Amino acid sequence: MSRLRLLAGTDPSAGSESHADHSRRLGAPAIAGRPLIEALIRSGLAGRGGASFPVGYKWRSIAGAKGPAVVIVNGAEGEPQSRKDRLLMTARPHLILDGAFLAARTLRARQVVVYVGQAHQAAWNAMARALAERPEAERRIARMVGAPHRYVAGESSAAVHLVNEGIATPTTTPPHPRERGVGAVPTLVQNVETLAHIALIARYGDEWYRSAGRRGAAGTILITLAGGVAHPGVLEIEAGTTIGEAVAMAGGVTEPATALLVGGYFGAWIPVATGWELPLDAAALRSQGLNLGCGIVGVLPASRCGVCDTARIMRYLAQESSAQCGPCFFGLRALSDACSRVAERGTNRDDMARLKRWSVEVQGRGACKHPDGAVILLRSALSTFADGFASHPAHWRQQPA
Amino acid sequence: MKVATQLVIDRIKCDGHGLCAELLPELIRLDDWGYPIVAPGAVPQHLSAHAQRAVETCPVLAIALRRTAPSR
Repeated sequence: MSRLRLLAGTDPSAGSESHADHSRRLGAPAIAGRPLIEALIRSGLAGRGGASFPVGYKWRSIAGAKGPAVVIVNGAEGEPQSRKDRLLMTARPHLILDGAFLAARTLRARQVVVYVGQAHQAAWNAMARALAERPEAERRIARMVGAPHRYVAGESSAAVHLVNEGIATPTTTPPHPRERGVGAVPTLVQNVETLAHIALIARYGDEWYRSAGRRGAAGTILITLAGGVAHPGVLEIEAGTTIGEAVAMAGGVTEPATALLVGGYFGAWIPVATGWELPLDAAALRSQGLNLGCGIVGVLPASRCGVCDTARIMRYLAQESSAQCGPCFFGLRALSDACSRVAERGTNRDDMARLKRWSVEVQGRGACKHPDGAVILLRSALSTFADGFASHPAHWRQQPA
Repeated sequence: MKVATQLVIDRIKCDGHGLCAELLPELIRLDDWGYPIVAPGAVPQHLSAHAQRAVETCPVLAIALRRTAPSR
């Protein structure tokens, strides 16, 4: 496993780093408050939960509001193929908590909510244990809250909704959580990996942060490799490392690949021929019309059918709609059904026409981005697997799930 | 001088009653499940009264006319 910064130190498989070991290894953060916000802006650090929002600007907007704030440590990790957040929570809980309490100090937060996926038992235990090791002044303002095992539970307004009302469904924005969140005060919802990077920037500075990275990108990122690679799982790589290089670090492909799913279920399929050279960096991928998301790269081996896999993903995403907005609830179901019919019974003209029309009509018509993510993924499948969709055999039942 | 406005739908409130598309077919059509698809851009001056009526008639108050945000 490649371990550069966040995962430096003892092997993650050895378990959680204790507070004493963590402090001995890294010392205390050197800066907080305004200098930290300025360092975050200069670092160019973008959120690692999926939206790649510039961290420094988010902090500055919350710091500029009057009164107290709330910090939510987002360890929901609802993306099915992602493993990096729970690995980090399990191995380096104090790096995450350092970032969280730096945020609390800097933004005058009197509440820190550690929001961890209920299904991620080891991560939950590690975070709870780590919290108990923190100084009294920090423990007093922090609490653990379980994130339901649902895809949308990690969306920032859903996290706020859960803390406020016990329901982990997204709400209409604006107002955004950073304007009006938990208890109606400005709320920072920050992914656990992002907080860990912040903990290191507060020690070593933004110049140090930018000293890693290839091809003009800055810093390191945790990625999860899934599918047809020899050693699937989490890697810490320099931003800007190509997909081909990352796959080689994971032992290469298990058989020739045909396509890549970049960004997980919130991402897009691309043909393998155009994929190997792509740099894993939020800004670089955005310039290609792609989304790093939470850093998942799925490799589709030649023996698997991309149409059938897309039908499976669409079925999952339709089920994971929180059923609040009509175009998402009804639209994703209808899209999933049409996709399943093509997969199960073979290509037919009517379903293909529906897939094309609905996948455009649904976009931008939900309170959150769940329907957008689903149709962007579907449209990428329609183009990457154009031949497969044009003449799909009725073979779904023969494919392993 | 009149300010430019656009139609904004609260997608969680909207239940697909469809009155807005009846009252303002120039800018709103319904998808296959009865939910509104709004034409992009600002509401043209000559339709602003109809747009206002669509806003006021929505049974669940899911539509609003919002000033077009100045581009930043």
